[in-house]
Amino acid sequence: MHNDPTLQTAQTRRAFLKTTATLSAGLVVACFIPQTLRRAFAEEPVKPAAPPIPPNAFVRIAPDNNVTVLLKHSEMGQGVWTSIPMVVAEELDCDWSKVHVEHAPAAPAYAHTVFGIQMTGGSTSTWESFEQLRKAGATARALLIAAAAQKWKAQASDCHTEKGFVICGKHKASYGELADAAANLPLPADVKLKDAKDFTLIGKPTKRLDSKAKVNGSAEFGIDVKRPNMVIAVVARSPVPGGKVKSFDAAKAKAVPGVIDIVQVPSGIAVLGKHFWAAKQGRDALVVDWDLGAGATISTAGQRAEYRKLAQTPGAVAKTAGDVDAAFKSGKVIEAEYETPFLAHAPMEPENCTVEIGKDGADIWTGTQFQTLDQNLSAQILGLKPEQVRIHTTFLGGGFGRRANPTCDYVTEAVQVAKASGKTVKVVWTREDDIHGGYYRPMWLSRVRATLAQDGKPAAWAHTLVGQSILAGTPFEKMMVKNGIDATSVEGAADSPYLDAVPAHRVDLHSPTSPITVLWWRSVGHSNTAFVVESFVDELAAAAKKDPLEYRRTLLPEKSRERLALDLAAEKFGWGKPLPQGHAAGIAVHASFGSYVAQIAEVSVADKQIKVHRVVCAIDCGPVVNPLTVEAQMQSGIAFGLGAALHSELTFKDGRPEQSNFHNYTVLRLNEMPKVEVYTVPSTDKMGGCGEPGTPPIAPAVANAVFAATGQRLRSLPLRLA
Amino acid sequence: MKLEINGEPHEVDVPADMPLLWVLRDVLGMSGTKFGCGMAQCGACTVHVDGAPVRSCVTPAAALAGKKITTIEGISKSADHPVQRAWIETDVVQCGYCQSGQIMSATALLAKNPKPTDAEIDAAMTGNICRCGTYQRIRTAVHRAAELMATSTPEKSHA
Repeated sequence: MHNDPTLQTAQTRRAFLKTTATLSAGLVVACFIPQTLRRAFAEEPVKPAAPPIPPNAFVRIAPDNNVTVLLKHSEMGQGVWTSIPMVVAEELDCDWSKVHVEHAPAAPAYAHTVFGIQMTGGSTSTWESFEQLRKAGATARALLIAAAAQKWKAQASDCHTEKGFVICGKHKASYGELADAAANLPLPADVKLKDAKDFTLIGKPTKRLDSKAKVNGSAEFGIDVKRPNMVIAVVARSPVPGGKVKSFDAAKAKAVPGVIDIVQVPSGIAVLGKHFWAAKQGRDALVVDWDLGAGATISTAGQRAEYRKLAQTPGAVAKTAGDVDAAFKSGKVIEAEYETPFLAHAPMEPENCTVEIGKDGADIWTGTQFQTLDQNLSAQILGLKPEQVRIHTTFLGGGFGRRANPTCDYVTEAVQVAKASGKTVKVVWTREDDIHGGYYRPMWLSRVRATLAQDGKPAAWAHTLVGQSILAGTPFEKMMVKNGIDATSVEGAADSPYLDAVPAHRVDLHSPTSPITVLWWRSVGHSNTAFVVESFVDELAAAAKKDPLEYRRTLLPEKSRERLALDLAAEKFGWGKPLPQGHAAGIAVHASFGSYVAQIAEVSVADKQIKVHRVVCAIDCGPVVNPLTVEAQMQSGIAFGLGAALHSELTFKDGRPEQSNFHNYTVLRLNEMPKVEVYTVPSTDKMGGCGEPGTPPIAPAVANAVFAATGQRLRSLPLRLA
Repeated sequence: MKLEINGEPHEVDVPADMPLLWVLRDVLGMSGTKFGCGMAQCGACTVHVDGAPVRSCVTPAAALAGKKITTIEGISKSADHPVQRAWIETDVVQCGYCQSGQIMSATALLAKNPKPTDAEIDAAMTGNICRCGTYQRIRTAVHRAAELMATSTPEKSHA
């Protein structure tokens, strides 16, 4: 892995200082940089012209008392722009109304504390940086107090802070006044963090800091970036997965008014225009002869048949206990097959990236979840050192995993276009490019079997999954693929808490390959496994003639966090109480990304149309930083999952995706949004994530409700009544 | 070609079939209006033409001579329009990309119908897709904006 250029995060001191130089103004506090590295910095003489800059970090305090938090995560809707600064501000004890936020540049200081690269994903942001950023805030506060104590010749222990001021007896100074002096003090060896009971910000419903910019049109997304002499490019890519350009005729495209240039890049042919319209018209006029290759034979029907066959054969074993084959020799076997389709992420902002190559490096503006990989792969293409590639993270118009691609497809392509054309260029994808552009949630097929014991509990359970591996061939493969098992393929299935209640069980996996490129889609493997496991448990409950809630309760350990979430949802929903005529309820509980979410959906069915009226959602995500964010992310995860449950699928015929835009790649709209109620299990347990865990339970909750309403068990997404 | 946008006259030299969206974004540098689908399916590009919501991604700029065009930049830069205030108060936005279009649809709705029901909100706002699923808070915010507009109308406050 050390030889893998995509994961190299080391930077030279010079470049690092160059990055930090743009950040310095008043106090800059570092807590992340290990002491040894700091010493290394100090040993090198600093150019006389440049002021000595402490190693960078997360907090900047200006003389006017404004506090800027450098956000190492990418804001893509999930609310880190607000919740992460809350963590810093809590310990800094500054005035929240003076807190501002900027996306941090790409630099090693901003690496994820677990994954080691700068990235946003896996619903990890809050918990992975919670201690780190509390320490950052507390260290800044300690330095400000030390500066004040020095100024007043007082003991630091006699000073306290209040909303951006240090106070000692009759003395009072603002953080802004103290920032310069504080910046020159040595970092304290250790800082004391607040007791949770003393939190004034963490845990309080706090409004977003990015609202104003997002309601007046001023928020800058990647697609909004403007640079001097910038041109717009639209790229013609293979109509089928994996195709290559054989030849192309640019004559007609060049004749389109406003078309500036046409260049070939590894992914296809880029048409550069003075605006998007010219580039797009140019691409429409372009004639490309493609070598389609094996991708041209792909059909969803064919793949499904292949998956179905594979599911009848043993796969790589992810989890097993007891003598499964023997257990299936007695008792009635309940068997079912579940299917979930390829899905596009379809973020509202189509993929785009702006690249400007200069004398001393390159600048890249884009909405990305993977800064380090973007930086390294772009540097490789340009023959630069990673630190010569400056990544400017804009707001992301939705991510959902699409902007966390290990291949950095839309970034490296833009770099190739800039390199080939010699121009500052913004590559813009159309919606059709997005839907056709690959990197889909894998299509899955599951074969599940169980037998029931006398008491109705499962005695044997076998689950065979078939679907492409997301991690195979990526830099994460070595970390997360073990013995042929891609951890993301079986998450939610192999670690299902129900298995502990089943004496004989086995979960195995087939990972067929295909030219179709796959990627994590909000909640990754859980988007498939929750549907399968929670639907199948519902089938077993029905077979055992038990209430779906009670059945789950008997299988889950009493104090388990799943049970706590389940019980809270059931209580708030009023499970078992009469519903309006024609309405029925379905339940699901699923743990993902360290959080435990139960959802109960109330649905009705008319003319084969499923209407979801209400969803009660209970989450145990451990300690909550911003309750408004948790609520928003549960609503969001439910809407995202419900769109997929009711509508979305991507299918192939002759290698071509059969959907292209929102008219046939259908997602949830406002008139279908149920009333969502969110409740949080009060918890001091381990902190989990919120961006993704709301998505997995909704599809099975709705499918189970449809079963309760109609007696039809729908085992394929999107849900379609017979 | 002459266009009146947010009360200001603009003269642009663009192809006759060029949609208003790209004139706004790539020629005039007004990037608050967003590109989402290019075929009037998602509403991210919604602007007002003589007060009515229009999908700028499929509306040729040439068809708009003599008409009054309003974009998100023309609603209120300081975000103090009741709809924007309601959006902020309700903490509606997530990624925010669709919100210019949502706000343009909501302001057009409220201008015509100062007290919409849930069903009327559904009818007016269903053409605007939000992948973050902010729909529930959008409904709440439209109702809140209606309240804010009612209380800030001088005739009402004297009634």
